[in-house]
Amino acid sequence: MSILVNKDSRVLVQGFTGKEGTFHAQQCIDYGTNIVGGVTPGKGGQIHLGKPVFGSVQEAVEALQADVSIIFVPPAFSADAVMEAADAGIKVIICITEGIPVSDMMLAKKFVQKKGAILIGPNCPGIISAEEAKIGIMPGFVFKKGNVGVISKSGTLTYEAANQVVQAGLGITTAIGIGGDPIIGTTYIDLLKLFEEDHETKAIVMIGEIGGDLEIQAAKYIKENITKPVVAFIAGQTAPKGKRMGHAGAIIAGSKGTAKEKMDALEAAGVHVVASPAEIGKKVKDILG
Amino acid sequence: MNIHEYQAKQIFASYNIPIQDGITIEDANDAREAAEKIGGDFWVLKAQIHAGGRGKGGGVKFAKSIEEVEKYASDILGMTLVTHQTGPAGRLVKKLFIASGVDIKKEYYLGMVLDRTAEMPVMMASTEGGMEIEKVAAETPEKIIKVGIDPLIGFRAFHARKLASGLHLSAEQMKHFGKFAKALYEVYSNNDASLIEINPLVLTGEDTFLALDAKMGFDDNALYRHPDLKNMRDLDEEEPTELEASKYGLSYVKLDGNVGCMVNGAGLAMSTMDIIKLNGGDPANFLDVGGVASTETVAKGFEIILEDPNVKAIFVNIFGGIVRCDRIANGILEATEKIDVKVPLIVRLDGTNSSEAAEILKRANIKNIITATDLADGAQKAVKAAEGIRS
Repeated sequence: MSILVNKDSRVLVQGFTGKEGTFHAQQCIDYGTNIVGGVTPGKGGQIHLGKPVFGSVQEAVEALQADVSIIFVPPAFSADAVMEAADAGIKVIICITEGIPVSDMMLAKKFVQKKGAILIGPNCPGIISAEEAKIGIMPGFVFKKGNVGVISKSGTLTYEAANQVVQAGLGITTAIGIGGDPIIGTTYIDLLKLFEEDHETKAIVMIGEIGGDLEIQAAKYIKENITKPVVAFIAGQTAPKGKRMGHAGAIIAGSKGTAKEKMDALEAAGVHVVASPAEIGKKVKDILG
Repeated sequence: MNIHEYQAKQIFASYNIPIQDGITIEDANDAREAAEKIGGDFWVLKAQIHAGGRGKGGGVKFAKSIEEVEKYASDILGMTLVTHQTGPAGRLVKKLFIASGVDIKKEYYLGMVLDRTAEMPVMMASTEGGMEIEKVAAETPEKIIKVGIDPLIGFRAFHARKLASGLHLSAEQMKHFGKFAKALYEVYSNNDASLIEINPLVLTGEDTFLALDAKMGFDDNALYRHPDLKNMRDLDEEEPTELEASKYGLSYVKLDGNVGCMVNGAGLAMSTMDIIKLNGGDPANFLDVGGVASTETVAKGFEIILEDPNVKAIFVNIFGGIVRCDRIANGILEATEKIDVKVPLIVRLDGTNSSEAAEILKRANIKNIITATDLADGAQKAVKAAEGIRS
């Protein structure tokens, strides 16, 4: 089992014929993901990577019954692409693009929620359900199949954590990069709930970072609702205040959003918090035996 | 991106938000003419730098005569202003805003910022004008009135009423405040602002409101659609190395330690700093070279890190995904040919083809390259190397 996406997901690529879209769609196809086609406005009717291209998401959904979409369009057009996907009835929308204006996402997120769809990202590496579907830009081989779920704000740190879990002799059910922007479509809580319900997932790794309070909201939720063990790491323990650390959302505003306050809240909620990013895999192994 | 007070006031004025009349000068010899043009018999002179606390540092003066205006102008222009926000090095004052004195009845605070939890902008008002608002929030949070503004409906009359009632305004004052606040929301949303602060917002002798100060910051990701704002960017206010890095798509933040860090990905870059600290060292910087660590970005990364004379060792921590480690290893070797790296270079390459990468580095047999097997090993070796201990 896995959450959100699996081998039967019918995946559409928005921004299919662009450089990024082409490269990563091919990688996803090679992994075995069921990519059914793509969308590039003005290029409908073409065949790209052996799959049909449509001019709009609506046309692609009608022709292919696609239910998942991955977005590789430039930041100025991304919010529009997200809303187009939701409007066409796509259920899981994954937006990889970094650099989308906050005010665009504020509205796009509300629209997606109204349509009952799930948005992952933006500014994220995507989702991978090990050995079933890779709908993202992560290196697939790292994510060997197993029973650990991963939820993370980061890209390469997620690969690092997954690699540690695999090196410890375990594996991954599904790993989700939720994104490093100030407003993101899906937060820890929604995914913690899905992992709690997933029979195959035995433990959850949660990777956070400075900025905002999503980790603190998650801590409250875990305390009341999650029975499975959760291992957490928060990046940015040494980050200075008021400086943006790469991700648009990774900033300590005033004295809010520090790693310490997040680690303390998670610890108080019974989460296994590791101070060192090198201890994630080992900690999961200690708990699952 | 942040802008100066006088620039924020220009934007305010274009939305009919009342501001103090004023003139910005760069040469103290222009002070007399400016003061005469403004008129009156009482002026305020304010240093224009992107930092709060200017008054305490001596960057704000009140003048009761033209002679005082001239004296203070030559004092402030060219001074190095140190405030709690500039750090000990301070900031050179190149611009001075001269404005007419204002008849102040009462001072308030009015601000706007993104509420990340509610996922909408929030407008905040307080009767504690002129105070440090962070302090008010920490000590007397009940004195800050907040209204979240759903972008689907925009700023409405009830938002204004809620704020005005919290400020205990009279009916007449409330009318004027409502217009002011609505215009401020428009300034915020039309310009993709990330922050506006008016501290103080003043109630004048005529019972009208006026922005005595103004601070504005913007969403960098939205600047592409505001060419007029881009022109307001003052590069003198930015950290030169960070600016240089950003030109090459690198994200760099300077810190105080001696272990330089070069990492792919922001989360892993922050974690690398953390693990150096856990091993008893101090990171010299945050540096994200992006998901694809190419020869060019790695070379530029070395150059930027080595501009900091405190750096005694560099920890290159790369998790190779789709970009294979053997290619990154070759990139690092090429980069070291371009840039003369004299300090020990601790290289940890993990992920796709990591063993081939280790082989490439070993064969190259470069004296100051130390290979590491994983994150913990790399951090330990980097901290030791920075202390001058060869491992």
